[in-house]
Amino acid sequence: MNSSTQRQSFTQWWRSGSPWIWLNAGAVSISILVVFGLLLMIAVKGMSHFWPGDIYQIDYKAPNGEQQIIGELVESEYVSAERFSESGQEAPEGMGHVKRWLVKVGNRKILNADFRWINEYAILNQTTPEDLVVIERQEWGNFYGYLSSVSEQGEVVASGEAAWPVLLQRVKRVTKIRKQIRHLEKGEIGAINYQLEALRLKARKLHLEGEDTPENLAAIKAQEKQLNINYQQLKKTLEDLHRQIQRDSAIFTVMGGKQVKQSLEQMISVLKPNNMNVFEKLWQYVVNFFDFISEDPREANTEGGVFPAIFGTVLMVLLMSVLVTPLGVIAAVYLREYARQGVMIRIIRIAVNNLAGVPSIVYGVFGLGFFVYFLGGNIDQLFFPEALPAPTFGTPGLLWSALTLSLLTVPVVIVSTEEGLSRIPGSLREGSLALGATKFETLWKVILPMSSPAIMTGMILAIARAAGEVAPLMLVGVVKLAPELPMDGNSPFLHLDRKFMHLGFHIYDVGFQSPNVEAARPLVYATAFLLVLVIVLLNLTAIMLRNHLREKYKSLEH
Amino acid sequence: MNQQTTPAIKASLPGNSTELNLADEKECLQVNNLNLFYSEKQALKDINLVIPEKRVTAFIGPSGCGKSTLLRSINRMNDLVDGVRIEGSITLHGDNIYDRDVDVSALRRRVGMVFQRPNPFPKSIYENVAYGLRLQGINKRHILDERVEWALKSAALWDEVSNRLHESALGMSGGQQQRLVIARSIAIKPEVLLLDEPASALDPISTLKIEELIYELKSDYTIVIVTHNMQQAARVSDYTAFMYMGDLIEFGSTDKLFTNPEKKQTEDYITGRYG
Repeated sequence: MNSSTQRQSFTQWWRSGSPWIWLNAGAVSISILVVFGLLLMIAVKGMSHFWPGDIYQIDYKAPNGEQQIIGELVESEYVSAERFSESGQEAPEGMGHVKRWLVKVGNRKILNADFRWINEYAILNQTTPEDLVVIERQEWGNFYGYLSSVSEQGEVVASGEAAWPVLLQRVKRVTKIRKQIRHLEKGEIGAINYQLEALRLKARKLHLEGEDTPENLAAIKAQEKQLNINYQQLKKTLEDLHRQIQRDSAIFTVMGGKQVKQSLEQMISVLKPNNMNVFEKLWQYVVNFFDFISEDPREANTEGGVFPAIFGTVLMVLLMSVLVTPLGVIAAVYLREYARQGVMIRIIRIAVNNLAGVPSIVYGVFGLGFFVYFLGGNIDQLFFPEALPAPTFGTPGLLWSALTLSLLTVPVVIVSTEEGLSRIPGSLREGSLALGATKFETLWKVILPMSSPAIMTGMILAIARAAGEVAPLMLVGVVKLAPELPMDGNSPFLHLDRKFMHLGFHIYDVGFQSPNVEAARPLVYATAFLLVLVIVLLNLTAIMLRNHLREKYKSLEH
Repeated sequence: MNQQTTPAIKASLPGNSTELNLADEKECLQVNNLNLFYSEKQALKDINLVIPEKRVTAFIGPSGCGKSTLLRSINRMNDLVDGVRIEGSITLHGDNIYDRDVDVSALRRRVGMVFQRPNPFPKSIYENVAYGLRLQGINKRHILDERVEWALKSAALWDEVSNRLHESALGMSGGQQQRLVIARSIAIKPEVLLLDEPASALDPISTLKIEELIYELKSDYTIVIVTHNMQQAARVSDYTAFMYMGDLIEFGSTDKLFTNPEKKQTEDYITGRYG
């Protein structure tokens, strides 16, 4: 082979187009790898948080003498000897790198911090005793220790080997009472408070309207009185329950040999992970994950679940879809079907397309200025004067968030609806008109149903964009912690004026505003994973709906 | 522009040697001095024509001669085109359809139209036929059932689709779709049926079925058909109009026009010398 034939074949190869195929395929592969790599990382880092890992008891040779450490190994890292000695510690001779472990020792309030770094070379002995108990507590994070006894109102009822089953049983009882308390507080007492507030506002409204006659006020007073009587009864039950839940306590030996008393009231779950086999752990994993998605957050969002955030995200996105779709479709129908296609429409179209490029925070500012202060303020003046100066709609809330995001996503819906409308063959319009339909009837009965897949495409894109948006929401309705869900059993059931929690903001809050960074880190990943999951689910639902519609209105293949 | 009938018929006929036949017919549509412009371009030039009732009238001529435009003027489909300007009048049983107070939807219910390509809606066969009826507010099940069956039978489609009325119309063959569209048009009982090259997208057997159907339908409807196919015009129509470059060149009974045309242009066209 001489060089000219080789050049020939290279030229041929180049001209055959295969380099382009390789280039394109490579680009696609890299994109897919990046997306899946990202998802995998979030999933692994987030989802491993729920696995009930082994608890180690470590004999550790600290600079100030030997210690016993009990805790979970979270992660390890290598530190160069130089950096290590800069931190004031002495690395052993001849070691280039020091491996150190981050241990979650829990027991906040007893120990100074619930995480600490230990150096591997200083570990003398490391075991996983089967009797080690981990407690998930209402407050102060996890607790690790050996159970020594369980007591009822200060009297020991079981100790030693027998204590564990008694503890399990009594924690179950506590869980049950806790549920009752929550039901009472959030459900019935919540409803009474809601009604009392409604009555207060009613009385004030009567006063403002000058109709506060003694009869009217007496009626309200009577209702208030009845509610207060109900409340007193509930309060008594509640106090009783609180007394019951505080009955039991248990004594534990923690690391270092200290005896510590823990009230069962605080215990959410007690486990001996070192004593569990794989299937038990798997089950516990599922339980933990379910708790995460179904429970309220605790401890400044660093513990507990994210249910309100999921609920808020989904509700807000659904509300946004309900608002944005009609708006976008009507605008697109006008632009495509009714307006005279001219310079003006071209300008409007360009403006609409550019709206999609406006930074989202700008929409947030607009939403705050226009929706919240202007619209909301005026709505309050007109319809809720009795609540003033406390704002009803003149404050960030669910409705304004959904509206702001509708504005943000309406260009997407307009563009794809217009595309769908333009794809309907003219012959179908003529067919309908020739049967005596008016233009509106043709639109309503033939064109719009046939464009519904395109409308759905617009909606899917809108959902995808809106569900991930956080910046504008921080201005118009999302909060770190919402005491009530925006939807509950008190009429009118959907409370558009309430503030809500959002997964996206939750990630930011937990990750960067939390007092306990180490504890929050896995939650950040888990929440991020959940956010992706929620968006995927929302999109899948919409896509399935669209495919169904597509099948139904399969266009004529001319 | 509402002129009375009989003298106009005679006046409107270029070379009225078929006087005998046409004069015996009842008048359905009358086109008077119709000029149509697309922006600046004149597509129809001073057309005068009388279309007899319950007969098949064919428009023939080379592409771009204005025959489809003329057809679409009869149910005002040209209104949809931007920049169209129309002068003159078309009367349907004496009423000018271009009067200002005419309800175009009502007119189109009286003058149905079938297009070149079958255009069934992406709905079931039943709903396609019922579409025009529902538009008129007829929603009672038994009336709809009856009319749909009647229309499908009239369009010679009933036997083929009676057991799958609620399946999508898009699953039918092209020929069936075209007959469905005809059924859809006659379901609302129009007076006139306009067919714009109804068989041009179909295979020979489907074409034959459509032609047979046209033959059947002419006892109840006034049919106006535009066709490229001169054999078809000769087969199905009673009267034929030959158009060229926006002018109506010759109009008369089909037999006469095909066997003994008066104008040289007509003869050239039907013998295939141009077009």
